[in-house]
Amino acid sequence: MTKDFKLDFSRRGLLKAGAASGLVAASPAFFMRNAWAEDFRNNPGNAGEVKLGFNVPQTGPYSEEGKDELRAFKLAVKHLNGEGDGGMLNTFKPSSLKGNGILGKKVTFATGDTQTKSDAARASAKRMIEKDGAIMITGGSSSGVAIAVQGLCQEAGVIFMAGLTHSNDTTGKDKKANGFRHFFNTEMSGAALAPVLEANYGKDRNAYHLTADYTWGWSQEGSIKTYTENLGWNTVNAVRTPLGAGDFSQYITPVLNSGADVLVLNHYGRDMVNSLTQAVQFGLRDKSVNGKDFTIIVPLYSRLMAQGAGENVKGIFGSTNWHWSLQDEGSKAFVRSFGAKYGFPPSQAAHTTYCQALLYADAAQRAGTFNPCGVAEALEGFEFDGLGNGKTLYRKEDHQCFKKVLVVKGNENPTSKFDILKVVDEVPAEKVTYAVDHPDFAGGSLGKCNPGA
Amino acid sequence: MDAILLQIINGLDKGSAYALIALGLTLIFGTLGVVNFAHGALFMLGAFVTVAFNKLVSLQKVTLSETEKTAWGTPLEINSPYVQEWFGDFGLVVLEYSVPFSLLIAVPFMLLIGLVMERGLIKHFYKRPHAEQILVTFGLAIVAQEIIKAWFGANPIPQPAPGAMAGMMDIGSALGMDAGNVVYPVWRFIYFLFAAVVIGAVFSFLQFTTFGLVVRAGMADRETVGLLGINIDRRFTLMFGLAAVVAGIAGVMYTPILSPDYHLGMDFLVLSFVVVVVGGMGSLSGAVAAGFLLGILQSFASMNEVKEIFPGIDQIIIYLVAVVILLTRPRGLFGRKGVMEE
Repeated sequence: MTKDFKLDFSRRGLLKAGAASGLVAASPAFFMRNAWAEDFRNNPGNAGEVKLGFNVPQTGPYSEEGKDELRAFKLAVKHLNGEGDGGMLNTFKPSSLKGNGILGKKVTFATGDTQTKSDAARASAKRMIEKDGAIMITGGSSSGVAIAVQGLCQEAGVIFMAGLTHSNDTTGKDKKANGFRHFFNTEMSGAALAPVLEANYGKDRNAYHLTADYTWGWSQEGSIKTYTENLGWNTVNAVRTPLGAGDFSQYITPVLNSGADVLVLNHYGRDMVNSLTQAVQFGLRDKSVNGKDFTIIVPLYSRLMAQGAGENVKGIFGSTNWHWSLQDEGSKAFVRSFGAKYGFPPSQAAHTTYCQALLYADAAQRAGTFNPCGVAEALEGFEFDGLGNGKTLYRKEDHQCFKKVLVVKGNENPTSKFDILKVVDEVPAEKVTYAVDHPDFAGGSLGKCNPGA
Repeated sequence: MDAILLQIINGLDKGSAYALIALGLTLIFGTLGVVNFAHGALFMLGAFVTVAFNKLVSLQKVTLSETEKTAWGTPLEINSPYVQEWFGDFGLVVLEYSVPFSLLIAVPFMLLIGLVMERGLIKHFYKRPHAEQILVTFGLAIVAQEIIKAWFGANPIPQPAPGAMAGMMDIGSALGMDAGNVVYPVWRFIYFLFAAVVIGAVFSFLQFTTFGLVVRAGMADRETVGLLGINIDRRFTLMFGLAAVVAGIAGVMYTPILSPDYHLGMDFLVLSFVVVVVGGMGSLSGAVAAGFLLGILQSFASMNEVKEIFPGIDQIIIYLVAVVILLTRPRGLFGRKGVMEE
């Protein structure tokens, strides 16, 4: 007796068969760690080299910072390829970098000039992605530029490791799945500065803000106002000034008789140098109002820029992402390596970009692929140490690094032309960490990682 | 009242710089008929004469410390200025007063720059359309600023005013008001006085010297003056040099107010052209009057009380005034008939 062959076409049977065949088809991926489709933008394939794109301001007002970023990138490339003294490669932990490039491929680079202009920055990033085959774009010294380039990298399907960008929006409403920021932001500046301001100037103060009229200025004004008003300070006025105004005297004279006893300069770069210099010229630092000594605050300091303001920075508080005088092993290794090569200490712009290059390389190494989605997954939630800022977390939800923030003060007794700022407090990461749903960061979402293919 | 007085003083101070640049610009346009877009660059070059002079007198004798080291392991450098070693206390005075002292170098240097610029480039464009003059002089300005950036970097370089002139002066109490209510930086007041002296000197030179008489005649009717056997071209070349000197020394004295960087000239260029257009093309007195007028209006427009009524007015006031003046008086405040109207 033979049993008739019968096909079971029941609905349950079909589902079972489908699930079984799906499991069989997917099984290699379950057992292979970090198995990513190799179909992504600028896949280096079997080539012996991989190219990174360094997009920095080489001309324009922030070109000095851009030059320093480029120096740091070149140093990072040397260290990644096993040349030189290794710098922070020796202190970075946990690290899978071995000094033999990334995934065994020698690291090379292309450079672009952002000119500190969004359109020029996008054009140079596009050129590096499309013509030079850059697998990742990094650098920059302005939030406007960072947000524009981050958007482009998301569309193009490459990773963007932001350089110096301080606006909340970069990892707030404009955050992108392909973008990552190591640098701190205005919210963190406010959180770090507030206790120091309270300790030095008390709770009864009247603040007058002069604010650069663009995304970063608004962001910083908002954060500092929130934190100082929480202290009990009164905001007398917040005046927007055009970017690159040059002479700020017409904005400073109203401060003189406004009743304010604190001037907050939400300016950066050349604007900061000019507004601070002119505020001091108008005697604000020596003035006494409401029985209190008038004071000036520069919430975001840059050592390179502070040099331009000369003696005017003395005694003025601000915050910074990193400073070359830090004595942890990572900072010392980086300063030694950078100083020996270039003859002067690195800036915070150089530090953040050097870190970003190492962090990208390590993530790719750990992911076992250059696929942006694999690299992004490796960076998300990554905790590390030894890069000069203590224990740091790359938060998964917004791609923002959380680490300690430095409160600095213009040095009263500098010992050299580089000794302009003095670190007065190292505010731990816990004190500057904010909730994922913080209202100042609302309005955007990371979206989906784009591998570009 | 205090706030209004402060903004008037501030406007006069701002207007001083506008007037000085616009004066040179008009001088060149009125004599040579050239629209010089490199005039802002001459202001910037003057400022960098101060920077260079300051760097020169600040040159340091460097000795290496035998005991102390830098953070990157090299011996620490110990610096002392050469100028003090060579000239003693006088050297320190030169260092302290480097801004006014650099005027002595800026005058011949800017004269030379002006003459070389006019003979070497501008004269080839006299008979070309204004658009071509603008293109070539604008190109020259970009070349100048890129050279300065290559030599001095992109960051602003502070030039402090001499200590004795760096404080504040109480203008209010001098006018019988409450002490401390109307105070103003001494150096800015000096800049205003300096501008008044330079403007007065240029007008006197043109008004009371034979050379000036010939130049004025040439500005009115170049051909007839030439027919009289006078080499008017040579005099106009010298006027170009004089305009360069005025722009240059205006830049020198402005350095303690605004830390110079390569972009300084461009900041003033567009504003100065608006000043010239509002004052009337080719009119020296118009340029000066419009410079001060726009400086004062810009200061008033920045007052919070004004901005509450017209938000953003501070950023457009100059151009708004230019539009109104050109609609009501197309030749500008003091414009002459026939200038740029052929």
